[in-house]
Amino acid sequence: MEVEEKKRDDLVPIFIMGKRYEVPASFTIQKAMEYAGYQLIRGCGCRGGICGACGTVYRFPGSYKIEVGLACQTVVQPDMYLTQIPFFPATKSVYDIEKVKPAIETLVKHYPELLRCLQCNTCTKSCPMDIEVMDYIAAGMRGDITRLAELSFDCVMCGLCTSRCPAEICQYNIAILGRRLYGKYIVPRAEHLASMVKDVEKGKYEQMLRQLMDTDEETLKNLYSAREIEPEQAGEDWTPKDKAYL
Amino acid sequence: MPYTSELKELIKRVEATRPARVEKKRRGEEFPLLSLKDRQVRLEKFHPDYKGGSRVEIRVGPSKGYEIQPEMVRLLEARSRINPDLIDLTKVAYETDILIIGGGGAGTAAALTAQENGAKVLIATKLRHGDANTMMAEGGIQAATKAEKDSPYYHYLDVLGGGHFKNIPELAYTLVTEAPKALAWLENLGCMFTKMEDGRMKALHGGGTCRKRMHYAADITGAEIMRTLRDEAKNRPEIKVLEFMPAVELILDEHGHCGGAVLYNLETEEYFVAKAKAVILATGGSGRLHYQEFMTTNHYGATGDGVVLGYRAGLKICFLHTYQYHPTGIVFPEQAEGILITEKFRGAGANVLNIDGEQFVNEREPRDVESSCFIRECIEVQKGVPTPSGKMGIWLDSPMIEMMMGEGTVKREFPGKYILLKRFGIDISKEPMLVYPTLHYQNGGLEYNSKCETAIPGLYSSGEVSGGVHGENRLMGNSLLDVCVFGKIAGENAAIYVKERVKEGRLTLDHVRRYHKELEEAGIVTDRVAPMLLPDYSNPKVRERQLTAHYVGTIR
Repeated sequence: MEVEEKKRDDLVPIFIMGKRYEVPASFTIQKAMEYAGYQLIRGCGCRGGICGACGTVYRFPGSYKIEVGLACQTVVQPDMYLTQIPFFPATKSVYDIEKVKPAIETLVKHYPELLRCLQCNTCTKSCPMDIEVMDYIAAGMRGDITRLAELSFDCVMCGLCTSRCPAEICQYNIAILGRRLYGKYIVPRAEHLASMVKDVEKGKYEQMLRQLMDTDEETLKNLYSAREIEPEQAGEDWTPKDKAYL
Repeated sequence: MPYTSELKELIKRVEATRPARVEKKRRGEEFPLLSLKDRQVRLEKFHPDYKGGSRVEIRVGPSKGYEIQPEMVRLLEARSRINPDLIDLTKVAYETDILIIGGGGAGTAAALTAQENGAKVLIATKLRHGDANTMMAEGGIQAATKAEKDSPYYHYLDVLGGGHFKNIPELAYTLVTEAPKALAWLENLGCMFTKMEDGRMKALHGGGTCRKRMHYAADITGAEIMRTLRDEAKNRPEIKVLEFMPAVELILDEHGHCGGAVLYNLETEEYFVAKAKAVILATGGSGRLHYQEFMTTNHYGATGDGVVLGYRAGLKICFLHTYQYHPTGIVFPEQAEGILITEKFRGAGANVLNIDGEQFVNEREPRDVESSCFIRECIEVQKGVPTPSGKMGIWLDSPMIEMMMGEGTVKREFPGKYILLKRFGIDISKEPMLVYPTLHYQNGGLEYNSKCETAIPGLYSSGEVSGGVHGENRLMGNSLLDVCVFGKIAGENAAIYVKERVKEGRLTLDHVRRYHKELEEAGIVTDRVAPMLLPDYSNPKVRERQLTAHYVGTIR
């Protein structure tokens, strides 16, 4: 079990939604909340910093600064007072990815509020993933979808940027539209993939696979052990000696 | 927390051997791979699945007598969360063509193809849409896409070798032949795969692959796939999603077909009847059961619910006697314990090392073999690296990647892990990572076929909840592939079934009553309930003081 019960001499006070609890100093906010007695339903997901379920804001006494973090990734600090924001209302435009164009018109049509950005940088300061949110929004306003996609790639869609934006922009949904436009329309398609799909559909590998499926385990083991392994350091132009099953 | 001074001292030994190891790599010299026979010896001696007492017989149900992990058996030998007599099946709260249980990769892929085939779809999911192991998969997705050096033939051989040649051939065949199509489908939806200038997809090795066919989106491939599929589902009004609404029981009809499920609103604590012409189980795995008290890489919701639901309704289970331990879960710092370090680090050439900075296994053995060798090195050879919390770890030498592929490679290719450990004061482009095997993947599950059909008409199974495609051990990059391939297949076939299905019948929960009776007849008297829904991480001291709280299973 994740929470080990032993005699603790390492407790520090934290304030969960204003209420004081003493929790182990080495715990993340998430584990500290469980230790304090919360059973998490909202505000807990992958517990590994990638799903965006556990966006949390906190402050310290005497400081004006609003701090942010993912509860599963942020270690508690004495006297922090915090609340989770497990959900924040957001705009999500519905579009047909087959019919949209990778251009600024698409972004503005679906998210006209994009142009209301005040460039206050609060979104960037609110991002627990250290993403340059304002910069990707600026890229979007310029119609630079490539930059928008690249800068927003690590986004976990926790919504903290959206919760604080004075221009009421939903940055992370603009970002995923941008990334999908980039992935679908701007980056060149993988030709080797398209031609492999054709080969498979033509049944090129059908006979050799059916043969493998009917092979006894001993023969399979021999075939497996005899596989020619592509060297790790091999370049993109490497080809195997045996081409009979390609 | 940064490395302690003791650990920093030990890192010097890793640094001492690094230049020579990099030189070896450059010359193409690898630590020798184990033969199939030696692999077996290591597995039998050190893999947790093979440990004495690690498996017990199930005493009830369609696979009675089958020996699997006791943690799962305890759930299968538990009562329903509901008393069937209290559920009025004529009060239908939701009605749809297809009910999909689980909003991860498989469920969402199924929703998309089902909708494309004309079906009305309802996804019921326990947490948020996209809260799933798919989101957490990092390294990549396998597919033979480069015809000049690879083909589904070699992918098939790798899949079978990884699975100890026990895989169901038809399922493995479907996986490898549908793989290129699944990748093209994702590319067309706008997934940002890591590519070269001309659009050619970059690909790496994974443990047990003979060709580099691990395609990826930096080190957050699963998140990229999941958020794209979820966005696409949200673009289609015919797909409805109920969040925080797990299924607690399947509903059958008088003809023995599947007719829906009983859903539970986790927040208002109400139960609802959802009626459907077909149901797809896509609930994922069970790492949160913490088999043998191992840590896990899995999502909060990975409690094996779908296996319980399907089993109680009459489906057999298979391959659940093996569970996948991922060799490289973080063991230090403690706050990040269990978090997955993608196999892609090893695919990119990072060595694994003992306390003396020596190699003891090739870094790209199949996962079960690699894990066994880590455990052996710590327990038998006693050359593990001790952590401040009293555990053992193995070094994963990420800085090597910088030396071989140029400065900045680690940050660029592994941004997720770089940021995560940077927060704890560890720079993985300069310092190695400390890792140990961690529960990762449910190799087995419900029996199904290559059309995702189960023994119950109208009930489909897809993704990690099902068993057979990966045999006794899944290879890296085949789980993201699995959810895409079999998710799509489940959605399509369920939609066809819905169109052709003519007779509807009276809904029933008699199978639950029968299951309860069977438990009693087997002498199993218990107040345990299943599915578990959420793991229990509550503080026992707090529980002692909750004098008026009533728990049903782990939930208050």
